[in-house]
Order: sequence, then structure tokens, then C-alpha cells
Amino acid sequence: MTGSPALRRLGLLTPALVTIAVLVGVPLTLLFWISLLQKGGSSGVDWASVPSLANYIRLVWEEDFDGTMILNTSYLVILLRSILQAAVTTGLSLLFGLPVALWMAGLSRGQRDLMLLLITIPFWTNLLVRNYAWLIILREDGWFSQMVDFISPVGPIQLLYNDLAVVIGLTYSFLPFMILPLYAVFEKFDWRLLEAAHDLGAPRSRAIRRVLIPIAMPGIAAGSLLVFIPCLGAFVTPALLGGGKTLMLGNIIQMQFGASRNWPFGATLAVVLLSLMLIAMVTMAIWRNRRVR
Amino acid sequence: MTDSSAVSITAVSKSFGRGSAAVRVLEDVSVEIGQREFFTLLGPSGCGKTTLLRLIAGFETADQGRIAIEGQDVTQAPPFRRPVNTVFQNYALFPHLTVEQNVGFALVEQQMPAAQIRARVGESLEMVRMQSYARRRPAELSGGQQQRVALARALAPRPKVLLLDEPLSALDLKLRKEMQIELKLLQAEAGITFLFVTHDQEEALTLSDRVAVMQGGRILQMGAPREIYETPTHRFVADFIGDINLIEAEALPGNTIRLIGGAQITHPHQAHGRVTLAIRPERARIVALDASHLQARVVHTAYLGTALVHKLALADGSTFLLRQSDLDGAQPSLGSQIGLSLPADSLRVLVQ
Repeated sequence: MTGSPALRRLGLLTPALVTIAVLVGVPLTLLFWISLLQKGGSSGVDWASVPSLANYIRLVWEEDFDGTMILNTSYLVILLRSILQAAVTTGLSLLFGLPVALWMAGLSRGQRDLMLLLITIPFWTNLLVRNYAWLIILREDGWFSQMVDFISPVGPIQLLYNDLAVVIGLTYSFLPFMILPLYAVFEKFDWRLLEAAHDLGAPRSRAIRRVLIPIAMPGIAAGSLLVFIPCLGAFVTPALLGGGKTLMLGNIIQMQFGASRNWPFGATLAVVLLSLMLIAMVTMAIWRNRRVR
Repeated sequence: MTDSSAVSITAVSKSFGRGSAAVRVLEDVSVEIGQREFFTLLGPSGCGKTTLLRLIAGFETADQGRIAIEGQDVTQAPPFRRPVNTVFQNYALFPHLTVEQNVGFALVEQQMPAAQIRARVGESLEMVRMQSYARRRPAELSGGQQQRVALARALAPRPKVLLLDEPLSALDLKLRKEMQIELKLLQAEAGITFLFVTHDQEEALTLSDRVAVMQGGRILQMGAPREIYETPTHRFVADFIGDINLIEAEALPGNTIRLIGGAQITHPHQAHGRVTLAIRPERARIVALDASHLQARVVHTAYLGTALVHKLALADGSTFLLRQSDLDGAQPSLGSQIGLSLPADSLRVLVQ
């Protein structure tokens, strides 16, 4: 590698480029290609079929018996529900995560390290196991229900197998992804800026709104993305805590690749999901860029 | 307290920490700061000067005592309800806002109409000659420019008193000198009271109408710079401000003081026994040995351009600084024994 600097740079970049190409480029291209094919064969894909947008059309339009196309909103509803659930989860994570991160930033060095450890401890256990734990907590004879009944006898409470259970489970699972980036911003935050805001006539709430939140915005944006994106594709929590009643995008994708053996349609849904995430990220990036300017 | 005081501090005490770990930072401090006065709190770090400033700003609350601004009691008022603004040591400019947004911050809180805000921000930036930087962010400014913006931001809401917490300490020497002059001009232009905190005695003397020298949570001496410099009442004040020679002596009855070596000086005093005499290096004179109060040996001579500073050793081994401004006169040679005369009117008898 004694050539020009440009060549040398290319040479040094090669391992990274190859890794990205093999682990990201090839699978994504394959996924997109499959989404254009038809189902069939033992593998779920008819590799010989003619590529078309039929699967994408199937998302919205359904062919009636007489050949006319009628609107099929079931997938759109699932899509919207997934977005809504992800958005609600993100909002709740922010609501719970913000005070926790703020409080942590004010602790002493040792206490902070302990808190960081406590927050990461759940990751030592598999997500599936943690969701089963919530099953025990939330079910009709679970201790949450018993506790509420003990305080005010209203009879057993069924918190499981509905959207609320899914949101609770998702918020629990992804809360650390909100707390950690927020903590990272608050840890570096210069608290004297709040003093300066008070000095210039801003009461506490105004100082938080005009100084703390805007400066914490990169952390809020990062945390929101880190919660929103995996929530969109989540399937373990909806399957377990939602009892399979409320389907989310992640669940039907899993079904298409699994039980339904319809890889092309599963790939189509996955491409749609990926596009949604891309849109979320680009929107966030544009929005942040505009703020900086 | 009189209505003519801009700031009136009465018997204020403040401790940090609780129980046996409590540290007293201010002990029974009382100060009256007049309208349009440039008042400086001077002292070494930990003397309580910054705490006193923070009490006036409202960031801390006094344990005892009373603080009033222009006759209005603000002892318990939160910072956002006090007619004072602060220039912070690190400037504390809002990094996410432009220069003009920083300067307009307080005006937005006052719900001033947008057009008026724009005019006032322009005015304030003009005062510190930063108009052309209105759209920049603090990170794009040099230290001196940030300093100016911090000043403009604190002056924009037209506070009754401007509090300055060592605002020049982060600047290099040349810039600091420039800013000192600008601060003085700015105060004249804005026509408001400045309360300045510094550990730099030269800065304090240059800028202030009055200086309060603090140590250990107390004000030791308060007065005009010249008064503080020329007639220090405490050994600490004398030592802290400028160079000074402190010599041990014995106070005898009849306004007589006996120096090392036995020479006597007539100087009015109420003391008895061992005392400390203070004399500035520029006040002592070189005289013939037989007419001298003190005898000393020249240890070192430094040439400062406008003066010579001789480091002398007295008979008891202590050091004496002598500043000789008359460069054309006879200069004592290194190692020689010289006589010193201490004019009675430039001697101070200090309490310990």
C-alpha cells in the first residue's frame, strides 16, 4: 500500500466497507428483492416469479371475487396502531425518564455509578423472561391486582391482554434507552445556567422551559428515537402481554416469515417498517438541523 | 438604613452545612452601598465575598439579618423577583441562544413587546460594542466578547444594581486592563450601582469608589481606595493590599515607639507593648547611618523601569522593601549597610 493517499485511505477503509456491505447492504437488498417476488416453494419464496409491486398493493387493496379492487384497511389499522403505541410508549418513557435522569445527574459520583448499574441490570436478563415477569405482576390474581384490592376492594383487575399491558411492557423494556441519553446531557449540563435564568427574571418553570429543555433537546431526540424505533418493530411484548389480540407490525411480520410461510409479504411489511423508521430519523435530523440554525 | 442606599445589608450571617459540620461564611456583615457607587468586595478566596454577592442576588438565603435594595426588603425574595442582575464569573451565557437572544432573555420574561425588545437589545449591544455579533452564538465568541455579551445581558433589563462576580478573572492581563476601563465607562453611562467582587487588589483600587476588604466572613475595613491603601487599620488589610513592610516594635508611654536597634520615633498611639509598624516601600528614605531610625543591608536590587526596588535585611533578619523612584540619586551598592528614615506621617501602628 504505497500508492497515493486516496488509495491508501481506500485500503484502510476496506474492512469497514466490506463489513457494512456484507452485513447491511446484502441483507437489505435481498429483503427488498424478496418483497417484489411471490410466495411459494418450501422456503416461502418463489424465486422464479416475476418481480412486481403486487405485495405493496396488497397492503391497501384487496381483490374481490369478481376481480374489482376494494380497500382493505386492516394492515393500515395495524400500522397506525403500531405507530400510536410506539408514540405513547415514547411519551411515557420521556415522562418517567426525564425526572429520573435529572435526579441522577444531581447525585454524587458513587451514587450515580450505582444508579447506572441498577438501570442496566435488567439487560442481564432476557427480554422474554422480563416480559413473563410482567405477566405474573399484571394477571388477574397477580400481586398488582391484589395490592389494589387490598387498598380498596374493587375485585380483581384484569390488566393483561390489552393495549395498556403492551404499553406498560414496552415502556418498562425501553425506559433505559430514554434515561441513558438524557442522563448523558444532564450530566454535562451547567447548572449555573439555571441560576443565570433565575437572575434574569425567569421563575423555575420558565427557566426549565427556556434553558434546560432546549439544551437537553439532543438527548431528548436521541432517547425518543432509541425508544420509538424498536417499539415500532417490537413483537415479543405485544405477543405475550397483548395476548395476541392486538397485533402490531412486528407480530405480523413474524407471522409471515413463520406460520404463514409468506416471506415476500413479510419482506414487504419489513420494508414498510424500515421506511417508517427512516422517515422518523430523517424528520428528527432535519428538525434538529433547523433548530441549530 | 436610609432610602438613599442602593443596597443595604444589615447584620447578615450565613453558614453552610449543618450541625457540627456547619461552616460560618459570613459573620454579622453590615454594608450600605450608595446610589451609583462602584463598590468592591475585596478579599482572598473563601473570605465570603462571593457568598455575600449571592445573598444579594438571591441564590442563597441569609440565616440572619436583612437585605434591602433601594429600600425594599428582599431578604426572602427569589432571584427572579429582585431588581438586580449578575455578571457571572464564567459568564453563564446560554449556549443554545444567539447573542441577541441572550441579551433579550430578561426582556422576554418581562413580556416586553417584540419591537421594544429589539430596540433595547440593540441599545445594550451598542453599549458594549457588540452590535455586529448579534446573530452569533456564544461558542463563536472570544472570552472578551463573551464578557461583553454577559454585561449587555445583565444591563438590558436595567437593574437597580449590577452584581459582578470576578468577571475579569478569566481574561488575560491586557484584555483585563482594557475591560477595567470599559467597566468604569459603562457604569458612568448606565448610571447604576455596581457591586464588584474580586480578589485582585489592584483591580479593586483602580475601579472602585469604595472598597470593603473581607477576611474570614467579616468586613475588616471599608473606605475609599486611597484610605484603604494609605491608612490600613488591620495587619491583614495592610498586607493584602500592595507591598508593605511590617516591622515589630515596642510601644512606649508618651507616644514613643522603640524600633529594633533602639532608635525611637515619636508617633501618636494608644497601644502598649509589642506592636506592628507598617510602612509602604515608597515611603521610607535612605539617610546617613547616624541619622537613621533603622539600619539595613542591601540584599538585592531590582530595576523596574520607573523605580528601583531594594530588598533589605534588617538587624533582626527580617526583610524590608524599599522603593526608590529617584533614579538619578545615589544608589546603594549591593551588600552595603544603609540607614533608613521612617517619616512619622507615613507610619501606621496596626492592631494584630
